[in-house]
Amino acid sequence: MLLMDPSRKISFNRCIRDGDLVIVYERHDIMKAVKVCENSVFQNRFGLFKHSDWIGKPFGSKVFSNKGGFIYLLAPTPELWTLVLSHRTQILYIADISFVIMYLEIVPGCLVLESGTGSGSLTTSLARAVAPTGHVYTFDFHEQRAASAREDFERTGVNTLVTVGVRDIQGEGFLDEFSGSADSVFLDLPQPWLAIPSAGKMLKQDGVLCSFSPCIEQVQRSCETLRSNFTDIRTFEILLRTYEVREWKMDCSKVDDGGSVACPPGKRRRQPSSEGSVRDNPSCAAVMARASAEARGHTGYLTFARLKCMS
Amino acid sequence: MSESKPESAPVLNPRVTWEGCSVLLDINDGDRLVFARLSAGSTLKIGNKTCSLQPLIGCPFGSLFQVESGKEKPYLSRFVPPTEENNVQDEGGCQLQEVPRDNRAIIDNNQAQSLTGEDIDAMRSQGATGNEIVEALIANSATFEKKTQFSQEKYRLKKQKKYAPRVLLRRPFSRSICEAYFKKYPVRIGFLRVDALSLLLSMANVTANSDVLVVDMVGGLVTVLWLNVWECDIVVKYCGILGTGSVCSTYLGETPYPIEIIRMFNFNNEICKRILRCSLDDLCSVQNETGIQVSQHEDVCTMEIHSNEKTSLLVSTEEVPLSSINGVTDLVPENELTSSKTCKAPKAGEKAPKEAIQSWKKNGFSSLIIAAPEQDAWSLVKDLLPLLTYSAPFAIYHQYLQPLATSMHNLQLEKMAIGLQISEPWLREYQVLPSRTHPCMQMSGIGGYILSGTRLYTDTSQP
Repeated sequence: MLLMDPSRKISFNRCIRDGDLVIVYERHDIMKAVKVCENSVFQNRFGLFKHSDWIGKPFGSKVFSNKGGFIYLLAPTPELWTLVLSHRTQILYIADISFVIMYLEIVPGCLVLESGTGSGSLTTSLARAVAPTGHVYTFDFHEQRAASAREDFERTGVNTLVTVGVRDIQGEGFLDEFSGSADSVFLDLPQPWLAIPSAGKMLKQDGVLCSFSPCIEQVQRSCETLRSNFTDIRTFEILLRTYEVREWKMDCSKVDDGGSVACPPGKRRRQPSSEGSVRDNPSCAAVMARASAEARGHTGYLTFARLKCMS
Repeated sequence: MSESKPESAPVLNPRVTWEGCSVLLDINDGDRLVFARLSAGSTLKIGNKTCSLQPLIGCPFGSLFQVESGKEKPYLSRFVPPTEENNVQDEGGCQLQEVPRDNRAIIDNNQAQSLTGEDIDAMRSQGATGNEIVEALIANSATFEKKTQFSQEKYRLKKQKKYAPRVLLRRPFSRSICEAYFKKYPVRIGFLRVDALSLLLSMANVTANSDVLVVDMVGGLVTVLWLNVWECDIVVKYCGILGTGSVCSTYLGETPYPIEIIRMFNFNNEICKRILRCSLDDLCSVQNETGIQVSQHEDVCTMEIHSNEKTSLLVSTEEVPLSSINGVTDLVPENELTSSKTCKAPKAGEKAPKEAIQSWKKNGFSSLIIAAPEQDAWSLVKDLLPLLTYSAPFAIYHQYLQPLATSMHNLQLEKMAIGLQISEPWLREYQVLPSRTHPCMQMSGIGGYILSGTRLYTDTSQP
């Protein structure tokens, strides 16, 4: 991610270079991550795009294909990455990600432990939060997924902030070397209560833990286990409702039609004089907002807890 | 290769409180949140008892204290809950009893308790602890045995909160401050709820290296969002080689908006230096006046006075003892925190120096956050978006939907931004207890709306 490396920061003067990762924006729900390569081309339903046309242009530019179609080239951010990454597992989206980072009280310099890595969606945002001096140690028990995650972190440039390990945290717990050194721990496991005791050992005093579980039974069991060594246990769910905006040009002249609007007699008499002014402005444009028809019903429950202070 | 975070930062370990530090006091498990600055003289009032906060100095964050009635006056004593006992006492650990009880025979006529107020006072003066009083109340309740197990727990907890209140010592983080304000003074922060606040941070891609342009009319809450990332004092030691970011809090007109919330944190001077103020006119003007450096000192004083006035109006003195502001007129010396003889809060919000303004104009800001719940969003966006670098994200918070709808529409028409989305966050908390898990009865109905998007490259040479 460009911002994490001050030498490659985006700015008015920073243009797309060979080797940069760009996000190709076709539509709000059709985006793709592409590595810019001098001799490569990008093809989609709008036509063929030469990477060489992209080099030297600022991020945020509109570029054209051989057929006259266009796309936008955006600088990668963890949010955009979440929308374009390949899903090897179910991922976390921005609503949960942003809440987790705030509630885990992650600041630059923090050491964060995560399990499982999954597709690395949250991990990328964790890296942003701990940059530039912190670190994220993330673990997945699936060797291939861990390898894919490592590749992704290299592509997006967060590999200096993230270390991926292959380990079954549920079965074996975290490594002893992290004992007492983690500021925050994040768990996204099928049976998090098995990992909670180990997580407790890893956390610094007053450190925060978060467990993400889709099912309420998992939450109940996790909370039961948390009660021995943790305090301030809270469970939330968070969702985003999106809105669509439309300009609605209403045909105001219709309102004059005495038949369609029931007016008291007094008003009707006044109509002829106002008719003229309305006709001068035949359409009243108004921007209206309406909730999107499609909505997400549930992602998972987020349970946060703080390690009890025992000393 | 585990991080060797130096625990040897000056004198301070941010996990332990010190004289003069800002803390968040969590009374009775979230019932009430109070901000305080720890000093020999500071006190806390719970119910009708006033306790000194001195015992809290030098304790680790996360320590629990219980109010005890001493011979002379109530005091806070450090309380370490034994884990075993908790499993029995706490709601979580109980098993369902064999014979299920219910409340069919219980009549609520206020006659059940045989101990009177005078009895309790007598017990107190004899030195009974809070817990002993709670046990006595239970023993003298005619209906206690008839209650269901859950009901008994609820009763015990209620009595404990009243007669042996507990205070949890916490660090002030954006999250807790936002929650406290949202609960108590939501209007002051424009109903900016903690999940909306966290979304602003993510959607605007704020990180340590960001140059963030902020319009903060929510008391400083959004400005500190960025700063919160620097909360850890240990980090400050390496400030020079750490992130190069800064935050520019801009304002319309002559006077900056009050950012009293910043003082609740334990930011030291290095960090505060990165919060800069610049009026919108200055940012947008083509050349920079020569008068900037000269008037810098005056502006700083004016700003301080302005903040003082506003603060005394806005802040309730009981909950937020910010009287320390009165002592601050000059820049505190660099190593103020290490000596910490006084309770002065380092000053933030210096007027931006010319070099900073020029740098921002040259490179553009990398993030834009607008939290001006009473303003017209479009007029602000129109003026500020050009200051944002190409392909940089922005997030605009408003408590009403319409201004954002208009802005989104205009941004689309003028092709200034892409990936536009208006989101409304929805947050619900759950009570999780054995056989009693359900969403909380109360929830917040308003979290505001956020318009987010990415700025597009606009070639000014094109028509």
